Amino acid sequence: MRPTPSQTVGPFYGYALPFRGGGDLVPPGHPGAVSVHGYVYDGAGDPVPDALLEFWQADEAGNLDGRPGSMRRDDVDGSFAGRDGVTFTGFARVATDLGGHWTLRTVRPGGPPYIAVCVFARGLLHHLYTRVYLEDAGDALLTSLPADRRATLVAAPERDGVFRFDVRLQGEGETVFLDLG
Amino acid sequence: MPEPLSQETISREIAELAARSDGGDHPSRDYPPYRSSGLRHPHRPLVAPPEAYAELRGPVFGASDVTPLDADLTRQHPGEPLGERITVTGRVVDRDGRPVRGQLVEVWQANASGRYPHQRDQHPAPLDPNFTGTGRCLTDDDGRYAFTTIKPGAYPWKNHVNAWRPAHIHFSVFGTAFAQRLVTQMYFPGDPLFPYDPILQSVTDDKARERLVAAYDHELSRPEWSLGYRWDIVLDGPSATWMEEGR
Ligand SMILES: [Fe+3]
Repeated sequence: MRPTPSQTVGPFYGYALPFRGGGDLVPPGHPGAVSVHGYVYDGAGDPVPDALLEFWQADEAGNLDGRPGSMRRDDVDGSFAGRDGVTFTGFARVATDLGGHWTLRTVRPGGPPYIAVCVFARGLLHHLYTRVYLEDAGDALLTSLPADRRATLVAAPERDGVFRFDVRLQGEGETVFLDLG
Repeated sequence: MPEPLSQETISREIAELAARSDGGDHPSRDYPPYRSSGLRHPHRPLVAPPEAYAELRGPVFGASDVTPLDADLTRQHPGEPLGERITVTGRVVDRDGRPVRGQLVEVWQANASGRYPHQRDQHPAPLDPNFTGTGRCLTDDDGRYAFTTIKPGAYPWKNHVNAWRPAHIHFSVFGTAFAQRLVTQMYFPGDPLFPYDPILQSVTDDKARERLVAAYDHELSRPEWSLGYRWDIVLDGPSATWMEEGR
């Protein structure tokens, strides 16, 4: 069967897709928690204030089964109840702020040493996939890339437990995006 | 001052790119008639990773993530929204036609006047205090989703002078693999704005573009209540070889 074509997420998803605590895979103070943050930039080097990033990863033990509860709802009034603070769902969703900045709080994935990323934005007709490696794992993808491109997938340690990862959609330092077809 | 960008110019660009269509299922990320794509598409070719793990699995959602009322966009406020009440239903399947079960489908849309409750939407059309325009549900064992809502209005945007979006509902769909993720838009049959809209026309293959248009289904219409539309969704990728070989 032929697939349904993609269309841009547009500019107005902000009241529909992001949810409170969407970027907090683990609560503050969680043992082993790491924060990954950065900007999304366009081809002119300007921050993109209307991008949406989704993250999907294994838990610390390398389990990729995932768990429900990312968008937990309150059954009384239908509002977002937020994550339960115990279940690691493996899924996060963060919209960039007006400055093009995003933040994810998570744990290091066990098993495959990366966090899978899906990028949506106004102006982007078809989402893009990339990966965040918290250190250069030297896996098959990273070793297949020239050094400058390889570096775009490896988050830079800023201080203890804090990593910087920018997404550059186009041009100088363009992020490696993946063909998963 | 540059010349204001006319529909004529955009339509000429649309026609030129349609004539050169490669028959692909998805839009090219570099589609100049949609001006915002200019600085937001990669110049480098995508890289096929030698192996994939996380991308071949995906997030799961469950009963805790969705309430039954979330699928009825007409019942989220004390009063009834203005507009033409509709139901939209269909199946989510993979490229082999297998149903995607228990997965999350999210929708968002403008109200009947073509206005979003988003502060960046400056369309001088009324907000509807009884309509937000967001919904979600989980697919059933047959891959089926269903929403009750109102038909959204067309709305203007600033791509060029006299740019209007055809009425559409935004859809966000998860498959069993993260690599099957899809965000798209569903359109209504026979909309006269189709040929003028660079976002719809970014899908340059005629058959692929038709797959973005729902069918009116009289069997789904309910007497004295609502008009029914049917729209099936086929999720792309990862290819069977990826899944089998785990490349
Ligand atoms: Fe829209």
